[in-house]
Amino acid sequence: MPAPFAAIVDFTPATALAGGLLIGLAALLLLAGIGRIAGISGMVHGLVAGEGGGWRLSFLLGLVAGAGLYVTLWPADLPARQGFPTLMVVVAGLLVGLGTRLGSGCTSGHGVCGIGRLSPRSLAATAVFMATGVIAAVVLRHGLGIGP
Amino acid sequence: MKTHAIALAAGVLFGFGLALSHMADPNKVLAFLDILGGWDPSLALVMGGALAVFMPGFAWLRRRSRPWIGDTFHLPARGMIDRRLLGGAALFGLGWGLAGYCPGPALAALTFNPREAVMFLAAMIAGGLLPRLAGLPSRLRRRRMYQR
Repeated sequence: MPAPFAAIVDFTPATALAGGLLIGLAALLLLAGIGRIAGISGMVHGLVAGEGGGWRLSFLLGLVAGAGLYVTLWPADLPARQGFPTLMVVVAGLLVGLGTRLGSGCTSGHGVCGIGRLSPRSLAATAVFMATGVIAAVVLRHGLGIGP
Repeated sequence: MKTHAIALAAGVLFGFGLALSHMADPNKVLAFLDILGGWDPSLALVMGGALAVFMPGFAWLRRRSRPWIGDTFHLPARGMIDRRLLGGAALFGLGWGLAGYCPGPALAALTFNPREAVMFLAAMIAGGLLPRLAGLPSRLRRRRMYQR
C-alpha cells in the first residue's frame, strides 16, 4: 500500500480556486437575493417531495446550463468517464441520496454555506463526510482496484 | 419573476464554477479523496475559494434584515449534533467516495457524462425517499426565520 501524500499530482490550483470563487459568489447571490441557502441536495429532495417554490427548479436548471456552457466552450476539458462499474454508480447514488436526506445536506449546503455560517452542525457533518469519503475512495482504488 | 431570474443566474454561476474547478469530474474527486500515493489537492481550493467569498459575504448579510426579494432569510435551524446528522453525513461521504459524485456535480455531469449522471441521480432520488418509506419524519421543513 502506498504511503499517504507521497507526491502531489495533477494539481490545478488556478482553475480550482477560480471555480470555487464562482461557487461562493453563486451561494452569496442566492442568499442575498432571495434569502435561500444553496444546498443542492436539499433542493433536489425538496422538489421530489413536492415542496413549493419554483426557485429550486430555476437554480438547478441554471446549474445544468452553466455546466453546459463550459462544456460547449471547452468540450475536450471534461471527457465522459468510461468503464466505471454501473453497480458502483448506483450504490453510490443510493448512499448519497439517503445520507444527504438524513444528514440534511451535502458538500454545498454543509461544506460551503454551513461552514460559511460557522454552523456547528455543518462543521461536524463536513468533518464526518470528508473522513468517510477518504475511506471509501481509498478502499475503492486500492482495495477493489476500481478507478484511475 | 425576479426570484426566478436570481435563482437562475446563481445556478448558472454555480454550474459554471463546478465545471471550471473540475469538481464535476468524478475522477478528479476520487484523486482528491484518495490520499494514498500521488495526491491531487486541487479540490481543497474549491472549498477554500467558495468560503473566501461566502464567509465574509454572510457576515455582511447578517447586518441586513431581509434579502432583496422576500421578507426573510430562510436559514436552517440551529439543531443538535445528533446521530441522525452524523450517520447521514457518514453515509453521504461513503457514497461520494465510491463514485466521485455529490449532488451538484452529478447534475453538472448531465452535460458531459449523461449515462453515469442519470443513473446516479435516479439512485440518489430513490435513496432520498427511503427514510420516508421507513416512516421517519421529514426534516425538510424545519426552518426558522433569521433574526439579527
